[in-house]
Amino acid sequence: MQDVTKTLTTRASRRGVLKGSAALGLGTLAASSLGSRFAAAQDEPGSLEVFSWWTSPGEAPALQALFDAYLAKYPGTEIINAAVAGGAGVNAVAVLQTRLQGNQPPDSWQTHVGHELVDQYVVPGYCEPITDIYESEKWADVIPAGLVEQATWESNQYSIPVGVHRGNGFWFNKQVMKDNGIEVGDTMTVDEFFAAADILQKAGIPALALATKDTFAAAQTFENTLLGAVGPDTYRALFKGEAPWDSPEVRAAAETYAKMLDYVNPDHSALTWDGATALIIEGKAGFNSMGDWAYGEFVSKNAVDNVGWVSHPGTNGSFVLVVDSFTLPKGAPNAENAKRWLRVVGSKEAQEAFNPLKGSIPPRTDVNREIFSPYHQWSMDSFAKDALVPSCAHSQASSPAFKQAFYDASLAFVTDKDVDTYIAMLSDAQAMDAETTS
Amino acid sequence: MASAPLPVTSACAPRRKGGVGRYIVLALLIAATAFYLMPVYVMVINGLKDKSYMTLSDMWKFPLYLDGGGFPLAWKTLSPNLWASLRMVIPATILSSLLGAVNGYLLSKWKFRGSDVIFTLILFGMFIPYQAILIPLIRFLDQIGLYGKWQGLVLVHVIYGIPITCLIFRNYFTNVPTELVEAARIDGAGLIQTFFQIILPLSLPAFVVVGIFQFTNIWNDFLFGVTVVFNPADQPVTVALNNLNGTNSVDWTVVMAAAVLSALPTAIVYVLLGRYFIRGLLAGSMKG
Amino acid sequence: MAVTSPSIPQEIARPVAGLRRQRFTLERALSPLLLAPSAVAIFVFVYGFIVYTFYVSLSNWKSAKPDLSLRRPVGVIYADLFSQTRFQIDLRNTVVFTIMFLILAVLGGLALAILLDRHVPASGFFRSVFLFPYALSFITTGVAWSWIFNPETGINLLFDAAGINRLLAAFGTGPLKPGWITDPAVIWQLNGPLATVFPAVGDWSLKLGVPVAMIPVAMAAAWQLSGFAMAMFLAGLGTISNEVREAAALDGASDFRLYKDVIIPLLNPITVSVLIILTHVSLKIFDLIFAMSGKGPGFATDVPGIFVYEMIFRAQRYNLGAAAAIVMLASVALVIVPYLARQLKSL
Repeated sequence: MQDVTKTLTTRASRRGVLKGSAALGLGTLAASSLGSRFAAAQDEPGSLEVFSWWTSPGEAPALQALFDAYLAKYPGTEIINAAVAGGAGVNAVAVLQTRLQGNQPPDSWQTHVGHELVDQYVVPGYCEPITDIYESEKWADVIPAGLVEQATWESNQYSIPVGVHRGNGFWFNKQVMKDNGIEVGDTMTVDEFFAAADILQKAGIPALALATKDTFAAAQTFENTLLGAVGPDTYRALFKGEAPWDSPEVRAAAETYAKMLDYVNPDHSALTWDGATALIIEGKAGFNSMGDWAYGEFVSKNAVDNVGWVSHPGTNGSFVLVVDSFTLPKGAPNAENAKRWLRVVGSKEAQEAFNPLKGSIPPRTDVNREIFSPYHQWSMDSFAKDALVPSCAHSQASSPAFKQAFYDASLAFVTDKDVDTYIAMLSDAQAMDAETTS
Repeated sequence: MASAPLPVTSACAPRRKGGVGRYIVLALLIAATAFYLMPVYVMVINGLKDKSYMTLSDMWKFPLYLDGGGFPLAWKTLSPNLWASLRMVIPATILSSLLGAVNGYLLSKWKFRGSDVIFTLILFGMFIPYQAILIPLIRFLDQIGLYGKWQGLVLVHVIYGIPITCLIFRNYFTNVPTELVEAARIDGAGLIQTFFQIILPLSLPAFVVVGIFQFTNIWNDFLFGVTVVFNPADQPVTVALNNLNGTNSVDWTVVMAAAVLSALPTAIVYVLLGRYFIRGLLAGSMKG
Repeated sequence: MAVTSPSIPQEIARPVAGLRRQRFTLERALSPLLLAPSAVAIFVFVYGFIVYTFYVSLSNWKSAKPDLSLRRPVGVIYADLFSQTRFQIDLRNTVVFTIMFLILAVLGGLALAILLDRHVPASGFFRSVFLFPYALSFITTGVAWSWIFNPETGINLLFDAAGINRLLAAFGTGPLKPGWITDPAVIWQLNGPLATVFPAVGDWSLKLGVPVAMIPVAMAAAWQLSGFAMAMFLAGLGTISNEVREAAALDGASDFRLYKDVIIPLLNPITVSVLIILTHVSLKIFDLIFAMSGKGPGFATDVPGIFVYEMIFRAQRYNLGAAAAIVMLASVALVIVPYLARQLKSL
């Protein structure tokens, strides 16, 4: 009995030695970064709490890449991942709001730029400006001015963009298109969509995969349709309150949307957005109008080779911005670490690691294009040359109150397809918003 | 009659029927049982499935193999929240039971002018929709530094548990013969001594009833859990389950297994102590 | 899921007067003193907070930044609230849900209680099964039923398996595949008939009818709470003496008549309690629907509880959310306050 034990122990320790020598090989690789490690080890690494809504299989690894980039520079830091699950952050934003009102900020949180950043966090006084970090890191030299402006309020910057999503993607299953003899080119017009939709409908396949359980997709599909119908200038003016919602153009957009809704999957109200992308992956629906975080889902489910994309019908030449960024809270528990975090996530290395996993493109223009997928490169080209417009479905284009009204109106419209009521609700929301801001 | 008369088990019609009628009744009851157990069946068997060889269209079928299915991953995902729930529920249950015993004793055996009005005003607290107190509650918790902490959730459950625990204990003590208390008084025992010497030794059944009732209520709460605690790992299991169900990226077998896991503690309490559970439910509903 | 009935038992005997009076003056003062912490806590956390919420509803607080200045004209927020299409739908849904849920839960509970009253074997087992859902959280129930009433899974698969759809196909009709919680239809609309009496109704965009998606939700709620009604009725049946039953039997009354004319009328006080308790649960319903169907297609299953949550935590329109919460509270108080007042009188 004892002999047996002894043999087992020896075996175990031999294996241990083998492992040890393998670890030595890795150790030499890691030695190159020893210098910076040493510097960081001078003071206590402490902890860093990062709040986000990145929990899905397409998002969590991307967030982890940012953590890894941070830990590579500041090893030993205890990173607290305060991620809250739930479609496109609706649960998370609720949680964050209650935390901020309770003066319990994390060390940094994820937010979209534009109205979400300014209305919800900067104006109420939850954020510190990071203009000095912008200057010391020279971010303005590598991030397009149009985007920096979205992170700016009263000439100070308040967040650093880490990834740029394109909100007006229109995704499809190549095999389904092939099987039904539908040719999809580089772009798609509204008429081309309806032609394809009729073919799919005859084959018993819903042409438009929609998921309305978490509402934002109904609003997003409409804003894309609206953009296609009125063009980027009127689109911007509408959300700025400078163009009326009860115009013939908006009405035409609503009518197009109503027609598209004739082709949706009947169980849309039981699905969240990733349920709709799953319909595309499984070949159970034709197209899905969704931001390119869907790409992360396609990658994580090994479906990317069979998925094709164009811009949402009629929106070629426009880029709907959905930009994730990180902030510096007022009263951050670990303010020094929070600033380090912002420097890290704004760096070229971190953005190159993060974005391919997240399915977005870096806001920095000095990154290595080659490491990105064909889709990302396509999106980078669009980012460089197309009209950049903010997304209302993702809180960038309007106040949260208007967004809620936009959501509510869109959700009602998906079922009743009542154009008059839709237009009236949007006009009312605009009037209410004007009263609030005045 | 030391304990509340709850003749649930003795409910019966005169034994005079035999024959076909009884079989019809039995058949109806069995059909009803199938309906009541259907969701349990769906959750358990689908939780035990493995997505690699079963699809959602096989939802009603038995799993092919018994290898745990979605349970290991559900356990891994939910265990922090199961512990968070337990850590919060146990102190909240104990504290609110103790508070209820004292309040119930005072309101039944030491009435004073206006005590019935106060009792009724306290009772109203158990009927309010908690949405109507959420905004000030969060601000208050923040002021005292308990916002976002599980201790804050304990406090909330203890306070909003005052009406129900008070009600059950009061009704229980009302049925304790006043002569016992009077006798103690004549022997010179005061309010506090009477409580410890006479009342408390008689209260075990009431503590069990209130304990089970509060354990179940607090475990099953969602609204306070989702608004008072924000760190995902500290949130109660109901919140974690709802978040899990909100995303399609998680395997459906895991969601169903998670539903089973989250229900397990209260289900076990119910199966083991169902008799007391029914008493808690009915406490006060029957005229003493 | 705290529901319990607060009928308060009669005091058997009040403490008798006499010699204790002087000796226990101190003790008498001790009672309110010891009760004070709990009473104060309730007055602050219930009544104080309700007043605060009411004040928020009258304020200008409608963004992330708290603004407690009074909005003028005072109370206009309630006009805003009731003019919102979504809130109108929510009120309709609450009424429809309450009616369906009460019918299913109370009649279901009564039927189960009467069946169990019939001296069946294993009645303890049956009783435990029927009450079991009551021990679960609304979230668990909502998750479970969302799979059963999903058009792609659940019940509809049973229809397929039972061969119903093959049969229907043979008759040349489409398959039986209800949308359940995804069905946006509103059936039995009353707008037309009402408009003939009140012409103003003709202009309403709100459809006064039964949202189909609400039916499965009411069924799930009844599944969970019919056991409570059953337990209450069983307890009541237990108090009906055998003499009553035997007298009726001697009169030659059938079983049906026995229940209809004798027993069910005797259960009236319990029925009232059950109705009040379940109505107030129904007016507050939130978690179950939140987990099961959310707002539903076209708000078919939206209720004030969800509206308040979204307005406060998502839209940050605190004043509007607070106003809706006050409306919820008022509706609950309408049911509960008379009940409590009656109880107080009987104390």
